[in-house]
Amino acid sequence: MTGHDSAVDIYRQALPVVLVSLVAGLFAGTLLGSETMREGISRVPGLLLLLPAFLATRGGVYGSLGARLSSGLHQGLLDPHFEWSGRLRNAIIASFLNGMIVSLFIAVLTWVVMLALGREAALLELVIILFVAALLSAVAMLGVLLPVIFKGYRRGLDPDNVIGPVVTTVGDVFGVFFLLVGIAVTEALL
Amino acid sequence: MSANEARAGDELGRDHIGDWTIRNIVTTLVPLLAVLSVLQMVSGTVLETFEAALLTNPALLVLVPVMIGTAGNLGSIMCARLSTQLHLGTFEFSPTNPDLRATVGAIVGLAGTVFVLLGIASWAIGHLLGGELGLAPLLVITITSGMLLAVWVVIVSTTAVYASYRLGYDPDDTTIPVVTNVCDITGVLILFAVVSVVL
Repeated sequence: MTGHDSAVDIYRQALPVVLVSLVAGLFAGTLLGSETMREGISRVPGLLLLLPAFLATRGGVYGSLGARLSSGLHQGLLDPHFEWSGRLRNAIIASFLNGMIVSLFIAVLTWVVMLALGREAALLELVIILFVAALLSAVAMLGVLLPVIFKGYRRGLDPDNVIGPVVTTVGDVFGVFFLLVGIAVTEALL
Repeated sequence: MSANEARAGDELGRDHIGDWTIRNIVTTLVPLLAVLSVLQMVSGTVLETFEAALLTNPALLVLVPVMIGTAGNLGSIMCARLSTQLHLGTFEFSPTNPDLRATVGAIVGLAGTVFVLLGIASWAIGHLLGGELGLAPLLVITITSGMLLAVWVVIVSTTAVYASYRLGYDPDDTTIPVVTNVCDITGVLILFAVVSVVL
């Protein structure tokens, strides 16, 4: 499966997913450029500052989960059928904890950096936005990633070539959208 | 799982550099992601600095997620392939390694394809959102920053997998977060450097 693919093989296998990811990135970009999001960016100080860290955390947490599951499948440590036990359960719980812990850290960090830049920011607002966005992201990411890896592997698709694009695609589109949801929740609560 | 299977699993776990306990995964990744989030504040600060330009120029806002996403895509294809080859014992850190050459060729081809399309698409969407940037400057921006990014992705991915392997960390846990973050940050820096030269 790996080890003897030519450049053209890898290109062909990765291209469709990379193109889907391009379309999704454009969709995320259009969401980002939308009137509602631009209002949000103006109203919530620090939103542009936290955006790269927030989007990258999705990639880091779930990309690494995907790569771990992929190597586990290749090595025969994981059964290619989804089962809620053992290594797979540990890996999934750990990725959920990673996502939540790091997102809350980003909220505090953004607040600190904003203060250091001499700008005002509301800590509680940032914490709520990131908590909501991270929680919804976890549901969306796991819901897409696990079926893609296990069904893809069973059908002879090398998960290594598709995890990254799938993670960034789902992560970016839902990431920007869930930030908007988080902003709406803070407006309702605060 | 029987006791024998469990023991076999444990031995496999020791044989390979991976470990599958929750504590191990969390304590490996959280400090790493926290440090990388601090680094991400660099590109966040660039975005904050360009806030006015971004809010008045929709085409540039459209470019940001794609630029970041594609950097991460290419980096994780490269890293995942290299680290699986490492786990399978078929990897060799050498410029004559045919697997490495094939992966690099595919990365450059994918970048070329994506960034030409991105130039055209961001121009069209930017116009729909009321922007005034022309097709030529946008293509120059996307192709220049895209090719610089592809070369950078190859260098960073290979270095990260090699360093992770030498330091005794499982490349699956460490390289993808490191590479996607480094490429995101440099992607934004490259993009806005090219933007400020072209515009």
